[in-house]
Amino acid sequence: MSTIASGRPIVASRTRSAFARQEAMYGYIFLAPWLIGLAVFVLGPMIASFALSATVYGIVKPPEFVGLANFTRMFTDDVQFWPSVGRTALWGATFVPLAIGGALAVALLLNQGMKLTNMYRTGFFLPHLFPTVASIYIWSWLLHPQFGFVNESIFQLTYNLIGTGIEGPAWLASKDWVVPSLIIIALWGAIGGNSMMIFLAGLQGVPKEMYEVAEIDGANAFQRFLNITLPMISPTLFFNLVLGLIAALQAFENAFVATAGGPAYAAYFYSLHIYTTAFKFGEMGYGAALAVVSFITLVTLTYFNFRLSRRWVYYAGEIKD
Amino acid sequence: MSAAASVSHRSVRSRRAFWQYTLGWGGLHVFTILVLLAMMVPLVWALISSFKPSLEIRRVPPVFWPSEFLWQTYPQVIGHSLFPNWAQNTFFISILATLGVMTSAALAGYSFARFRFPGRNLLFGVTISTIMLPDAVRLIPTYLLYYQLGWLNTYLPLIVPFWFGGGAFFIFLFRQFFMTIPIEMDEAAKIDGASYLQVLVFIVLPLSLPVMATVGIIAFINNYNSFIFPLIVLNDAVKFTLPIGLRYFAVGPETDAIPKDNQLLAMSVLMTAPIVTLFFVGQRYFVQGVVMSGIKG
Repeated sequence: MSTIASGRPIVASRTRSAFARQEAMYGYIFLAPWLIGLAVFVLGPMIASFALSATVYGIVKPPEFVGLANFTRMFTDDVQFWPSVGRTALWGATFVPLAIGGALAVALLLNQGMKLTNMYRTGFFLPHLFPTVASIYIWSWLLHPQFGFVNESIFQLTYNLIGTGIEGPAWLASKDWVVPSLIIIALWGAIGGNSMMIFLAGLQGVPKEMYEVAEIDGANAFQRFLNITLPMISPTLFFNLVLGLIAALQAFENAFVATAGGPAYAAYFYSLHIYTTAFKFGEMGYGAALAVVSFITLVTLTYFNFRLSRRWVYYAGEIKD
Repeated sequence: MSAAASVSHRSVRSRRAFWQYTLGWGGLHVFTILVLLAMMVPLVWALISSFKPSLEIRRVPPVFWPSEFLWQTYPQVIGHSLFPNWAQNTFFISILATLGVMTSAALAGYSFARFRFPGRNLLFGVTISTIMLPDAVRLIPTYLLYYQLGWLNTYLPLIVPFWFGGGAFFIFLFRQFFMTIPIEMDEAAKIDGASYLQVLVFIVLPLSLPVMATVGIIAFINNYNSFIFPLIVLNDAVKFTLPIGLRYFAVGPETDAIPKDNQLLAMSVLMTAPIVTLFFVGQRYFVQGVVMSGIKG
């Protein structure tokens, strides 16, 4: 009796562990391509960036260890470093709130329960599908100082309204207007895009009863938005903020295609500085050091984003202690 | 009599409500359509202007409607430039890379969804956190890796990495979808003697067509629009993809008698057309994928 009782579990656990071992083995086998990819194309290069950042390396000669020299050069000797940091920070601080606010506004509009909403949604999403290169070339015509449709409209409108036609700015050709122009172009593609879709899904997840109860309590539309909609979609808002900020601080393609960072370096963002350093001047070590700084900045920013989120992001399913 | 009064009373009220209703909805529709029209201006302008004679693209004041439609710009673009090469390269790379994403991300997603093994949660956490990893930090070392491998100026760097997992976001999409498929399906097949791979290929994947469409469409669009990696990897103009080819064409000198402005606009339109078409064909799946990305945020 006791032998049976003690014997059974042993047999069962032996077969179970053999099965578990087989399951684990197959789990790793199926995961293997990604594990290799993760090591070779993601984490390996990340570590290599840190190693390279301590070297002077121009591909032709082997890398030469220089310690922290790249970083002292960056902070003290590189005339483009701080200005490009400032431009990128400004870009993040203006574009991200505008893009998120715009996307939320469009999502709220499409969440009114209008007929034809699906058609409108597709329309708003269409600009987001435009390859950046195509949208930049189309917009650089629209914003052309002389032949552009935008400046012509400004002129005609002001001429007809106040009697004197106002000449619009030179947009992408002006060092004061190039960043605002890039913001307009990027907003055109962003406010109906992925973040809008995510907001829309978030809005549709807010229980209707909440609004009904608030209405009975006499809350007006603005109060309902502030006290129900915003807290309920705060996880979505947070998600869009985190990924939006990471994307914005890496902004490259728009500025590179439109003016290659010009005129007079006015749109020379940090990622353009990395690109130019590494692939124009062939300074791989210094380029890696610049990339490492951007990586550390982004990780720190994201960390604080998560820390701050505890104060304002509300998860409906979460149990607070 | 009282019944008749209440009926007429109700109809008056409902009529008033009706007017309020229509005015409110009508106003909303008018507003939406106006905003949409404003957003469509660049699109419509590009399409119309690609048919303009080149003098009319550069005219002060600008003309919106062309005096004549020049249809030959499109055949010229297709016949006399590198555009067909670029289009062919882009499709070749995008299709192979997309197949790689679908295959290897499905394998990884299946592993995360169905198998218990030590370190699974840690590996999944690492996988998800790579979504937030900036590309810039990988750019230089991967370039050096491709240099060492002799892969520069070939399509290998734009295809091969996608056969190794295809990226965290797609793995996540597959895992989430697979987790909704009852595990009893797998077990029944396994009792019948199917191997794990057979279960994936013959049981799970046929039930996962929606997520495969989602991943396929988004991966294709991403690869089609990819800019910085082709930019640093490819050197020969003949080998370029559409995004960097277009830029090459725009910054380069005027090469032949055909005006460049028209060609550039026509190229922009032609380049966008496949993406828009793909979106319209698979809109449902595309939207699902985008929404999924926000769920676990």
